[in-house]
Amino acid sequence: MQKLMTRKISTVALAGALAAGLALAAAAPPAGAQTDEETQRGLERFRQMLREDPWANPALLDADRGELLWTTAAGPKNATLEDCDLGLGPGVVDGAFAQLPRYFEDAGRVMDVETRILWCMQELQGVDVAAYVKRPHPSGGQPVKDVGAIATWVANRSEGEPFAPVLDDAAGRATVAMGEALFNRRSGPFDFSCATCHSASGQRIRLQELPHLSQPEEAQVAIAEWPAYRVSSTHVMTMQHRMYDCYWQMRMPQLEMGSEASVALIAYLVDKAAGGEIAAPGIKR
Amino acid sequence: MRTIAFAVALALAAGLPAAAFAQDEGPSTAEVDAVIEAAFPGLDEEWAARLAPDETMEQCNASANVPSDAVFEEIRARAAGTIVYPDDGVLVGSWENGEKLAQSGYGMRFSDYPPRRENGGNCYACHQLTPQEVSYGTLGPSLMGYGKLRDYSEEAVKAAYEKVYNPHMAFPCSMMPRFGTNGVLTIDQIKDIVALLMDPASPVNR
Ligand code: HEC
Ligand code: HEC
Repeated sequence: MQKLMTRKISTVALAGALAAGLALAAAAPPAGAQTDEETQRGLERFRQMLREDPWANPALLDADRGELLWTTAAGPKNATLEDCDLGLGPGVVDGAFAQLPRYFEDAGRVMDVETRILWCMQELQGVDVAAYVKRPHPSGGQPVKDVGAIATWVANRSEGEPFAPVLDDAAGRATVAMGEALFNRRSGPFDFSCATCHSASGQRIRLQELPHLSQPEEAQVAIAEWPAYRVSSTHVMTMQHRMYDCYWQMRMPQLEMGSEASVALIAYLVDKAAGGEIAAPGIKR
Repeated sequence: MRTIAFAVALALAAGLPAAAFAQDEGPSTAEVDAVIEAAFPGLDEEWAARLAPDETMEQCNASANVPSDAVFEEIRARAAGTIVYPDDGVLVGSWENGEKLAQSGYGMRFSDYPPRRENGGNCYACHQLTPQEVSYGTLGPSLMGYGKLRDYSEEAVKAAYEKVYNPHMAFPCSMMPRFGTNGVLTIDQIKDIVALLMDPASPVNR
């Protein structure tokens, strides 16, 4: 409790500092060239503040919201999520994120953290998942939606642990292989695949550095921080949202949250990042 | 199963570690296509068409962008067949407008409909072009001095037009978008971009 209060105070202080002009425009366009430099400066200030006070990460407010959502009865069944099995048994949250994605017997498929939370909301609370999936991600300046807030909290409860996704069974291996095929698959009017932008080190789009995501060393560092507070859009962005946004850049349609493709890509990336130390929620450009 | 056993036998014969081959086979193209279709539900025809790689992309996907010699020639010839030249034969437009198009990444994203302005070419996302613009990407080679280095020759002008229209004619399985063939840019826009590359007055060459 003591810790929680301190966390809230320093986060509020940082939010104030940001509002007072750290050049983080709330309505920043995605990947806008003009805002690159400002964003970069903001990002550096941000990282420094976090070194001085790790509790200043605004994403921790969303993690707190996520915890509250987890423990508060809701939905047509008026139930909490406290019996949700994230892979380590009903209600076990500590360390669960580190072992995702994994195959879930009850659902009959491999799931990442967000897909699993959504599944629990449906099963335990009776939430209409189809309606949720219509608008699953926040627009710039809006707070992360409920599943993302819960995912932020769940991920934070594995902070410091190495990624050890359970993907060595048949379903896991098939999912990672699917993810790899999707990562390299080119289509759409720009002929892009994920590999177009993420399969070499040290490359950039404009000034934005592009991690080499099929390479473990770079994947470990990049993937470890998700979900992350995204400075350019001033909210927490989740991995499902990241996938959706990269497909947007690829001129592809809107990726369905929780789809097999979304889970396969995440499984492929986390498999590459295996062994990397989880540092979620992190901070991204 | 039989292919795996065969691969292992081959690997053993070649003295390679069998483990390198003893992995699960990847999903079939049909399985991957089905997963993609399920991930983007409820599309109209125009959007649904984006999900499917065309013949050239199928060949590039199947070969991890390193096609065999025969496929290389096939892709090159197909690309050449798609290029439409301006009726009057003039390939060079206005470099000023070309610079604007090179800066703009607007167009064809799902948030870009209904269109609010013309599509851009987003060349700076991947290329260095002018000394004035320091915010450039590095996925493609630097194009600074592009026309000057080629003596502004007629052949070089034509080649530049073709590379922007469909880069697979020069570089099969190129990572660069097919701006003309895929209908991203119009012929007039491509002429303006050619001017940016090839006009001696363009900042690319000064
Ligand atoms: C046209 C280039 C492009 C393509 C294609 C692309 N991305 Fe990205 N991706 C980016 C950029 C640019 C960023 C950084 C965004 C930012 O800084 O806001 C990024 C960021 C990411 C990140 C976060 C990296 C980090 O540093 O934490 C992941 C993960 C990712 N992309 C995965 C993918 C996947 C999976 C695909 C294919 C579905 C894909 N990308 C396709 C350009 C691309
Ligand atoms: C997604 C990144 C990307 C974008 C966007 C892009 N290019 Fe390229 N471009 C490349 C790559 C990569 C190459 C190298 C050729 C290859 O191997 O595919 C290239 C090659 C070229 C070449 C040939 C260079 C030579 O060796 O003769 C020209 C000319 C060119 N690009 C112009 C443009 C112009 C003009 C635009 C904007 C309309 C553009 N490119 C947009 C990636 C890109």
